[in-house]
Amino acid sequence: MSTDQNILVKLNDAGLQLNNKWLVKGVSLQVEKGKIVTLIGPNGSGKSTTAKIALGIYKKIDGSVEKYTNKVGYVPQKISIDWTLPLRVNDFMMLTESLNKETIDEALSLTGVIHLKDKNLGDLSGGEFQRVLLARAISKKPDLLVLDEPVQGVDFTGEIALYELIKKISDELSCGILLISHDLHTVMSATDHVVCLNGHVCCSGSPIDVAKNNEYKALFGEQASQILSRYEHKHDHIHTDEGEIKKN
Amino acid sequence: MFDDFFIRALVAGIGVAFVTGPLGCFVIWRRLSYFGDTLAHSALLGVTLAFTMEFNIAISVFIISSMIALILIQLQKKTNLPGDALLGLLAHSSLAVGLVVIGFLTFIRFDIMGLLFGDILAVSVDDLLIIWIGGALILLVLKLIWKPLFASTVNYELAEAEGLNPDRAKAIFTILMAAIIAISIKMVGLLLITGMLIIPAAMARNLSSSPQSMVIYSIIGGLLSVIIGLFTSLEFNTSSGPSIITAALLLFILSLFKIKQSIKLKN
Repeated sequence: MSTDQNILVKLNDAGLQLNNKWLVKGVSLQVEKGKIVTLIGPNGSGKSTTAKIALGIYKKIDGSVEKYTNKVGYVPQKISIDWTLPLRVNDFMMLTESLNKETIDEALSLTGVIHLKDKNLGDLSGGEFQRVLLARAISKKPDLLVLDEPVQGVDFTGEIALYELIKKISDELSCGILLISHDLHTVMSATDHVVCLNGHVCCSGSPIDVAKNNEYKALFGEQASQILSRYEHKHDHIHTDEGEIKKN
Repeated sequence: MFDDFFIRALVAGIGVAFVTGPLGCFVIWRRLSYFGDTLAHSALLGVTLAFTMEFNIAISVFIISSMIALILIQLQKKTNLPGDALLGLLAHSSLAVGLVVIGFLTFIRFDIMGLLFGDILAVSVDDLLIIWIGGALILLVLKLIWKPLFASTVNYELAEAEGLNPDRAKAIFTILMAAIIAISIKMVGLLLITGMLIIPAAMARNLSSSPQSMVIYSIIGGLLSVIIGLFTSLEFNTSSGPSIITAALLLFILSLFKIKQSIKLKN
């Protein structure tokens, strides 16, 4: 199998112009099966726009997007739902795909909100709603997950648990994840590829490579660079085929 | 059995209520009540066209309403006017043009009150066929586009991102709106059709906690309104449209006493 067949979505020099202003320009990246690609960058650097370009929400873009799957789960950064709709969590879970009860229950349990299943969507707190959004996105077992700040408003312990869950989902379903996050600490430990945006791709590569990059340092400061490098560590053991741990 | 005009009206009204129930829910959810009004007002043009060309009323109303919907979409793209101004422009100008054309058609005796407010005496066996076959088609198509239409009503970007093609669903829904107006014009009259769409659905909102239950309550509300309204119309010799809508209003007022607790808490 060549790596090409693992590609789920690929942006070629993609950009979006609105009212003669570039929101983001010249972004090339690709998300592969089982890999987590994280977009970082300051506010207004075009992270969400890039995610929406990858999802095909914007039609008139510069460059091109190649999307190789239609099984997509999306957690948007902002979601405006009209609360005049009578909508329970359970109805919301089946919004874009009909799922059976077990699948819904499993996803809601994973994100820790199974007890809210019959509640009205408008009655949830911000953090609860965020967990429901994540549950909905993973419940359809997508090939590609696009998560735009998926843990905003979630309490501290929940945040760590949810990031672990995201990592687990990526491994178990071998789905590709395009993640947007501000939390450098938590994210970098799990990310395979980092794209640092600032209206354009400022630098990209493995978390370690990006941390060493001068443009990244200029954008986020020396301290952020140290956060990233902390995840650079030597493995002192290897796993044998039998699952045993062997010291180097 | 269909010899009796009242039975015909009842069968027609029940057919209409089955379709306005679910469509009315979408009219409320998508905030389209003024859009429904515009299409209904333009129906008068369709009726005059049908009379001048000796054509079927429902079909010509359907064609004209669909055209108005298309013109609206074009105007929204090409002008800088807000949506409600464009709707008002189209609603009142098509109503006015329709009335002017009627003024020219002196050789035909028009029952304008019947057109505006509905006339149960006018429902023929052909109308019954149009209502039930047309209504079944509308419901079938609505069922087919339900998922993308509902998902994009909740959130457009989610529906688009997850590959449901919400734009196509919206276009098809617009055509369904023109169709329901075309088949229900004789029963309710063109000034009150939107009432038939909105009021039972509004009543249903007060009673329901899920989209499915709202659709079911909306259909039940519509059926009750038609039955109560038509019997009142027969008894007191009132126009069928206003009688049905008044019945719907009474049901809505009753539903206010049963509003779900969660809504009250929020307000």
